[in-house]
Amino acid sequence: MSDIETFRKDTRAWLEENCPAEMRDGAGGEDNICWGGRNWKFQSEAQKIWLNRMAEKGWTVPAWPKEYGGGGLTKEEIKILKSEMRDMKARSPLESFGIWMLGPALLKYGTHEQKLHFLPAITRGEIRWCQGYSEPNAGSDLASLQCKCEDKGNHWLVNGQKVWTSYADESDWIFCLVRTDPKATKHNGISFLLIDMAAKGVSTKPIKLISGKSPFCETFFDDVKVPKEHAPGIGAIVGDLNRGWDVAKYLLTHEREMISAGGGGLFGGRGIGEIAASEIGLEDGRLADPMLRGKIAQAEIDGWAFLLTLERMKDEAKAGQGVGANSSMLKYYGTEFNKRRFELLMDSGGSEALEWEGERTQDGKLARSWLRTKANSIEGGTSEVQLNIIAKHILRLPGA
Amino acid sequence: MALVLTEEQQMLRDSARGFLDEKAPVAALRKLRDTNDETGFSRSLWKEMAEMGWAGILVGEDHGGADFGFVGAGVLAEEMGRTLTASPFLSTSILAATALQKLGGDAQRQEHLPKISAGDAVFALAVDETRKHGPQKTAMKAEKHGNGFKLSGDKTFVADGQVADNIIVAARTAGAPGDAEGITLFLIDAAAKGVSRERTVMVDSRGAARLKFDGVEATGDDVLGEVDGGLAALEGVLNAGRAGLAAEMSGAAQAAFAMTMDYLKERKQFGTEIGSFQALQHRAAHLYSEIELMKSVTLKALQDLDEHYGMAGIVCSLAKAKAGEVAKLAAQEAIQMHGGIGMTDEFDIGFYMKRIRVAQEMFGDAAFHADRLAAMRGY
Repeated sequence: MSDIETFRKDTRAWLEENCPAEMRDGAGGEDNICWGGRNWKFQSEAQKIWLNRMAEKGWTVPAWPKEYGGGGLTKEEIKILKSEMRDMKARSPLESFGIWMLGPALLKYGTHEQKLHFLPAITRGEIRWCQGYSEPNAGSDLASLQCKCEDKGNHWLVNGQKVWTSYADESDWIFCLVRTDPKATKHNGISFLLIDMAAKGVSTKPIKLISGKSPFCETFFDDVKVPKEHAPGIGAIVGDLNRGWDVAKYLLTHEREMISAGGGGLFGGRGIGEIAASEIGLEDGRLADPMLRGKIAQAEIDGWAFLLTLERMKDEAKAGQGVGANSSMLKYYGTEFNKRRFELLMDSGGSEALEWEGERTQDGKLARSWLRTKANSIEGGTSEVQLNIIAKHILRLPGA
Repeated sequence: MALVLTEEQQMLRDSARGFLDEKAPVAALRKLRDTNDETGFSRSLWKEMAEMGWAGILVGEDHGGADFGFVGAGVLAEEMGRTLTASPFLSTSILAATALQKLGGDAQRQEHLPKISAGDAVFALAVDETRKHGPQKTAMKAEKHGNGFKLSGDKTFVADGQVADNIIVAARTAGAPGDAEGITLFLIDAAAKGVSRERTVMVDSRGAARLKFDGVEATGDDVLGEVDGGLAALEGVLNAGRAGLAAEMSGAAQAAFAMTMDYLKERKQFGTEIGSFQALQHRAAHLYSEIELMKSVTLKALQDLDEHYGMAGIVCSLAKAKAGEVAKLAAQEAIQMHGGIGMTDEFDIGFYMKRIRVAQEMFGDAAFHADRLAAMRGY
């Protein structure tokens, strides 16, 4: 048996033995995610056991090096682990902004000491991170951010406000873009700072959205003292002072790839046409609403073409071809497509999809998800910003 | 299979691009049009292409072909789409070669495939009888006559039908128009008694014809595949044509887009390059995204034809529908962004719009394929 077949066999056996039955229901969705953190309340004992066992194995973040709490697995091994987990409908043991965003930033720009200090706690689900980028006057024009960070000798003094901070009210730490040099040009005076949310002067306020949910907060910093070193040798700034924009740009690209790759997951379930057929019904084998049928078929063509494009871009990257800025194209198309998809699902659901409360619709699950998708083309850089990036970096149009 | 071209396929693309830029630019098509060329393509150019192995790109080596598969054929179709090269590549090297290889008997293959590879015979596929594509609507009759058949009926929109030496024609040996069963393919000598043809001068200046069959006699040896073989056999051949057309449209759209981007960078109005205006940048960026999607589905369709020919129908529909819509958008945006000059005959963009219009209609437009896809997906 080859090494990789052995790995598959061992992985399957380990998962069979260690994944609690309750964690094998394939439940996804934001409500079933285990986010971890100091304030985390486990949904069940099984959720806790599952997290701890996977963390111990390093498999909450299988790609990170072992010394930082990861699994140190190769790409091929990760693929096997994921496919085995899918086969047994195992839930993801842990998701977080630490895994998605801060981890990749630290791995690329952090010191060895910072990695050793912060990464293992992320993999074990002990510390939950949130991201402090946008400000009331710095949205699409993110680099105009003003959150002030002054050098006070042994500490930084932070004053300002962040907005659209995901789950700030439930997070333990925040990674933040702050202005450390107000005199420099706008991209050159920004630093990437790590702040303990428990520090004096940090406060949060949830923002209620059109979906009725509050996944985002406003975050306020009022004379917050951030030690220059969180522990001996553990700097509070990631990367070089005043070079935080490099880190931010890297993470934005990463975030875009994540959002667009999320498009792939959308197709794991049933197709739009299949859902519409079960909700509206067929006449002579065709969807009973012919105009909607046409729109759905067009959308499925685009959705499929988009998935194949994700696949092609991955294959091109592997073959050393391709264009880096294509992540903007994928983000643009994937999020716009997702909005379209949910409009069609709402069309298919008809009046029943408009019920906002009650068991029949699981408290308006589809309607709330539909509303949630409207943010897809805003967060992580609006569609218009992505189009600007394509025009400038791929098409090389003048003045862009 | 990775969704990228192999090194061999990339080399084929690069050499094709060099050859076509030199020998068959848009100016060559313009000349064919301006001289009202009856053939619709240059026979000497076609011979040169055959010598490079293009005419027999799908044909096995035992019959003098290059055996490069559908992806290889698609690479060539795409490059010919860039330069709007007029040639019998689609009719002969994709449609007829596929039909003969997949359905033909040994004798038929032995007789015709080497000629295709050598560029010595032009074929045409005659399917449609009405304005809109619909192989199932085939009404043309093939009545039993002694040991053979007598074919009667009309065909339209037959690419290269005006000069083809041989015609592959779909006729009904059983059933009624609308039935999937009862359709048979015949391989008919274009010079046979009872065949008449009318060259139709089309908007894209490419060769096409309406054909009339008036009691044309055929024997059992002229049947391609099975009698009453039905739609399934024909669909396989059509799928190859659809993927080929998608590839051609992809090439045409990319060329029109490149011309447009160049123009946005040089044309000045209000004291600056018009490409600096965000209204145009966003439309260009959107079109870029659509073109990337078109490239992905087209390549996938060609790969599927190579890997599992019999199951490639759904992806070929996907590619034909997507490429048709995107190429149309590319042509429209090209003219709009070029402004007045884009409307002039002297400028090449119009040729692209015209060819794309024809290619997106042939063998099913986007609506036809969206409908087909929905049916295959059960809704």
